Amino acid sequence: MTTFETIAKLVAESKDLDVNSIKPEMTFADLGLDSLDVAELVMNMEDELGVTIEISPALKTVQDVVALVDAQKK
Amino acid sequence: MIIRSFGHALPKRIVTNDELARFLDTSDEWIQSHTGIQSRRVLTGGETLSALGAQAAEMALERAGMTAADIDYILCSTTRGEMFFPSTSCLVQQKIGAGCPCLDINAGCTGFLYALDTADALLESGKAKRLLIVCAEQLSRLTDWTDRSTCVLFGDAAGAAICERGDGIKAVRLTAEGDAAYLHGWPSGGNSPFDDQIPTEKPLYMNGQEIFKFAVTRSLRDVETVMDESAITADAVDYFVLHQANRRILDAVRARLKQPEEKFPVNITDHGNTSSACIPVLLSEMEGDGRLKKGQTLVLSAFGAGLTTGAAVLQY
Repeated sequence: MTTFETIAKLVAESKDLDVNSIKPEMTFADLGLDSLDVAELVMNMEDELGVTIEISPALKTVQDVVALVDAQKK
Repeated sequence: MIIRSFGHALPKRIVTNDELARFLDTSDEWIQSHTGIQSRRVLTGGETLSALGAQAAEMALERAGMTAADIDYILCSTTRGEMFFPSTSCLVQQKIGAGCPCLDINAGCTGFLYALDTADALLESGKAKRLLIVCAEQLSRLTDWTDRSTCVLFGDAAGAAICERGDGIKAVRLTAEGDAAYLHGWPSGGNSPFDDQIPTEKPLYMNGQEIFKFAVTRSLRDVETVMDESAITADAVDYFVLHQANRRILDAVRARLKQPEEKFPVNITDHGNTSSACIPVLLSEMEGDGRLKKGQTLVLSAFGAGLTTGAAVLQY
């Protein structure tokens, strides 16, 4: 599973969404996630992907998080 | 160590979310959906923290059928004492009329767990026989009331517990990861002519998202550790009494432990986050309304500035 697919799955689970409706360019606000939903999502990603993600205002879209995770995996 | 009784006290002044929305860019809907808080109590002019602590102590003494003269040690947990000195425990001692050693502890919102562990050591070593813990907090006098992301979260309160030697504590775990970056409070600046870098930062700062992550992951880890150490399962626990920082932290921990809502008592709705007073105030309220009964198994878990955490399995 790619990083995007893993993150899309976690977002879909957290908000009960259709995983296919999640696109990389969507913001967390578009997906109905507030600041604490994002924190919980990051926690779940850290568990699932074995990375550490510092939450910052720069993390707005799904792609922003994918890029951060992929940079750590390299 | 066993706990004989709990007590608590709250300031009279109630501040609703709507009242905050009159001077902050916030709303009742936002505060409730992000925190679970509807209102909080705050100290007003002339009201002192030690008087609130003494009131909580007196309730605990009365419930235990004791007087202040029976107490031979006072531990006070506070993040923002009434004064730098005397210690808040000394000020409480004077008000209740006790005569015994007094010691303040500051472990942020984890203070009650740190106090419990210290009390356990003092009682088991024979240094004390009847010990009073008072958690007295006045974060309303530390928060920046122009910062809508933090000032809406906190309230003032005091909780107390009377402790004696016994085998009620089944396991305790305390941790600290010294780091001020995400959560800290500054004292006011002072006026030293030799200090050209007097802090001008906000009195209280918190990165809510990072602290949320810290709280959920560490609380879950600590709760599982103390349950393992005392060989009990989550299903065997009567109540999980967690630090009341945010309703959504409680929900996230509860979902991961797969436990029903009624096993996670809540008082954040009416009190906000009262720092180290949250847990003893909640237990005192449960003692008062009959939910808390002798013999029940409780898991306590707190987390706060330090960053500190603490958890315990306690048979009441």
